[in-house]
Amino acid sequence: MNAPAEVLLPPEQRRALVADLRAVLPSHCVLAETEELHPYECDGLSAYKQLPAVAVLPETIEQVQAVLRICRSHNVPVVPRGAGTGLSGGALPLSNGVLLGLARFNRILEIDPDNRMARVQPGVRNLAISEAAAVHGLYYAPDPSSQIACSIGGNVAENSGGVHCLKYGLTVHNVLGIKMLTMDGELLELGGAGLDSPGYDLLALMTGSEGLLGIVIEVTVRLLPKPERTQVLLAAYDSVEKAGEAVAAIIAAGIIPAGLEMMDNPSIRAAEDFVHAGYPVDAEAILLCELDGTNAEVSEEIMRVRSLLIESGATEVRTATDEAQRQRFWAGRKGAFPAVGRISPDYYCMDGTIPRKHLGRVLKRIDELSDEYGLKVANVFHAGDGNLHPLILFDANREGELHQAEAFGTAILDLCVSVGGTVTGEHGIGIEKLAPMCSQFGAAELTQFHAIKAAFDPAGLLNPGKAVPTLHRCAEFGRMHVHAGELKFPDLPRF
Amino acid sequence: MVDLEHELAARVRQAGADKTPLCIRGGGSKAFYGRASQGEVLDVAGHTGVVSYEPTELVITARAGTPLTEIEALLADKGQVLPFEPPHFGNATLGGMLAAGLSGPRRPWTGAVRDAVLGVKIINGRGEVLSFGGQVMKNVAGYDVPRLMAGSMGTLAVILEASVKVLPRPASALTLVHEFDSETAARRLLGWARQALPLSGSLYHDGRLWLRLCGAEQGVAAASEVIGGEEEPADVWTAVREQTLPFFTTPRPLWRVSLPAAAPELALPGETLIEWGGALRWLVSDAAPETVRARVQALGGHATWFRGHDGKAPVFQPLPVPLMSLHRAVKQSLDPHGLFNPGRLYPEL
Repeated sequence: MNAPAEVLLPPEQRRALVADLRAVLPSHCVLAETEELHPYECDGLSAYKQLPAVAVLPETIEQVQAVLRICRSHNVPVVPRGAGTGLSGGALPLSNGVLLGLARFNRILEIDPDNRMARVQPGVRNLAISEAAAVHGLYYAPDPSSQIACSIGGNVAENSGGVHCLKYGLTVHNVLGIKMLTMDGELLELGGAGLDSPGYDLLALMTGSEGLLGIVIEVTVRLLPKPERTQVLLAAYDSVEKAGEAVAAIIAAGIIPAGLEMMDNPSIRAAEDFVHAGYPVDAEAILLCELDGTNAEVSEEIMRVRSLLIESGATEVRTATDEAQRQRFWAGRKGAFPAVGRISPDYYCMDGTIPRKHLGRVLKRIDELSDEYGLKVANVFHAGDGNLHPLILFDANREGELHQAEAFGTAILDLCVSVGGTVTGEHGIGIEKLAPMCSQFGAAELTQFHAIKAAFDPAGLLNPGKAVPTLHRCAEFGRMHVHAGELKFPDLPRF
Repeated sequence: MVDLEHELAARVRQAGADKTPLCIRGGGSKAFYGRASQGEVLDVAGHTGVVSYEPTELVITARAGTPLTEIEALLADKGQVLPFEPPHFGNATLGGMLAAGLSGPRRPWTGAVRDAVLGVKIINGRGEVLSFGGQVMKNVAGYDVPRLMAGSMGTLAVILEASVKVLPRPASALTLVHEFDSETAARRLLGWARQALPLSGSLYHDGRLWLRLCGAEQGVAAASEVIGGEEEPADVWTAVREQTLPFFTTPRPLWRVSLPAAAPELALPGETLIEWGGALRWLVSDAAPETVRARVQALGGHATWFRGHDGKAPVFQPLPVPLMSLHRAVKQSLDPHGLFNPGRLYPEL
């Protein structure tokens, strides 16, 4: 396990800290009682729990600055938190630290339809931006599965993805600028309304930095015109290799679908039992291919994709006949995680990315590993960009199975790295994948990461111990473990 | 294919020991860009070769000295392109492309160099060879050092190798031209930008508005009905990207002005040429630099003195003091001895 050691603040120091915080914040913004702190003990990765020394929920930038200055003067670490939906423990509190909740920064400050951008506070929910922009025919493209709950500030911290990354990119491609605070409370503006800002691309560095470099307190995002038409195809295959080849064939034909998703047989069955999407349960794999654009573009591409799918050996190709059917096709994919949660007491979700060409080989090896470890696995992928979510099924109540599952997960992530991939495509390192970071990066790279962190936060007080392992920690080990009953947001789709 | 990794790393370590600054040089095509820098030349142009290219993976990896023409020819063979259409300005290399961070006509629709870079191998100021990112689209392990390299003007590290996302060449492309006064052009551009049209280039100069549509054949045909105008057979996009249009061939100061697309006219003395749906405005002007910068800043953008300066004046928009301090700290973290291209980006870096 990666859980940081529990080091409590000495009671007198904690009292002094709380008193200082109360002096600059309204009383309802400082939470210091144990029962008040429980809602903040974990994020979406509920296997790890820890109460913070104190939690604060400031409402103005000046209050956040004051909090940071107090923490600096007390030399107390700060863990920023948005909606708490993260899957890698990035917002896990520190026992000797302040949890800085930004949920009250929930206002949309400006929608500028002519410049196609929205300026929002970090606690605004991802989906709320698209909802607010809809009146102008615009939307915010990145759509992480938790988009009804996750905050845009958290999206920046994690560089969140979604099912439409292949065509529309990740958070880093859709954020124009941010306002941030350094640990010293200094307000900086990175990026902005003009493209290609002068100086270093610190905005890119901040995006995906998991709260280790600064506190995001305002975000300007790019909005896109809503496509005129969206259409989805479902293709069934009698082998996952063929489905993988179909993905390559679509790309080789010069088509970049809006979404291109794959599920293997165990996932198909679990999803079908759960949401009755009408999936072919005998198929070894299905592909969902979404196309969007103008009416003419979609009409043309849908015919081409259809023939490519048939040529690549699909046993069946369906096109959603209406919006309701399109939603049903997606419901199965979007419900795959909870669906698997229904057929197994526990599952353990991996998030590696691999070059697509190795898909067949990696799946075959995962299959062999499944036999070796004696645990079943259900696979769902963002096939278009090679991002795999193998779900390892196990029962934590059975002696040794948790350990087996973790070992199996390690083997999968090592496999991803060995074929030139990465240990996390979109869920982040947090505390969960500190150990696998050590197989992906050498000591020199990790040391360089720490030097970059020190450039932003010399005192090392921002979310310390997350995202980048110390060389010392590289000897340690651990993996994500989601117990069905412990999942923090059980009704959120995870994909 | 020549691998100079070890020689280059040894040169950097030696320079660190001697405290000798280095001027990193690729093809020299963008030597005019940025401020002048003093130091021993570190020639990366000899470090060449495509390391891997798998068209269906949509990614190419090559050594920094590899000529852009070679990379683009290889991509063209497989029906693919660099989506950000980097300018060459001569004998450009992959490393120089990334360090300069300049993108061409398609940038507002398909992203900049920084959006496409997936991984890098670099030499830091301690002479260590480091790899960051990779060859996959989705990768959130570690800080995004690859994108940090884009536009850093070689002041942070020696780029040895880069992996870049590529896209299929659009099946069809069409350029349309309208005769519009500037107000009408701006209004029409904003209107079209609000619709999901397959736009991939816009250029307004001297009463003419050129628009490029790219994509599936039927999609382009349908969009051309919406946009209207005369079909333009000539390739105006390469000429604007490479700055071979007469507008650019002037000894007078040329400014590259980045603004919110809907910002009003610059209203500065001189001539303008507008790209990127209004977001990029080139200005040839004898106005004082302070005047240009103040006006641009008031409009919410920034100005780069692109050509026609003496190499000593500020080229890039000056940064607020706290942001410059952070820049210095970031530079220090990668290049602690201040070896790489001192002063090229800002005098303080």
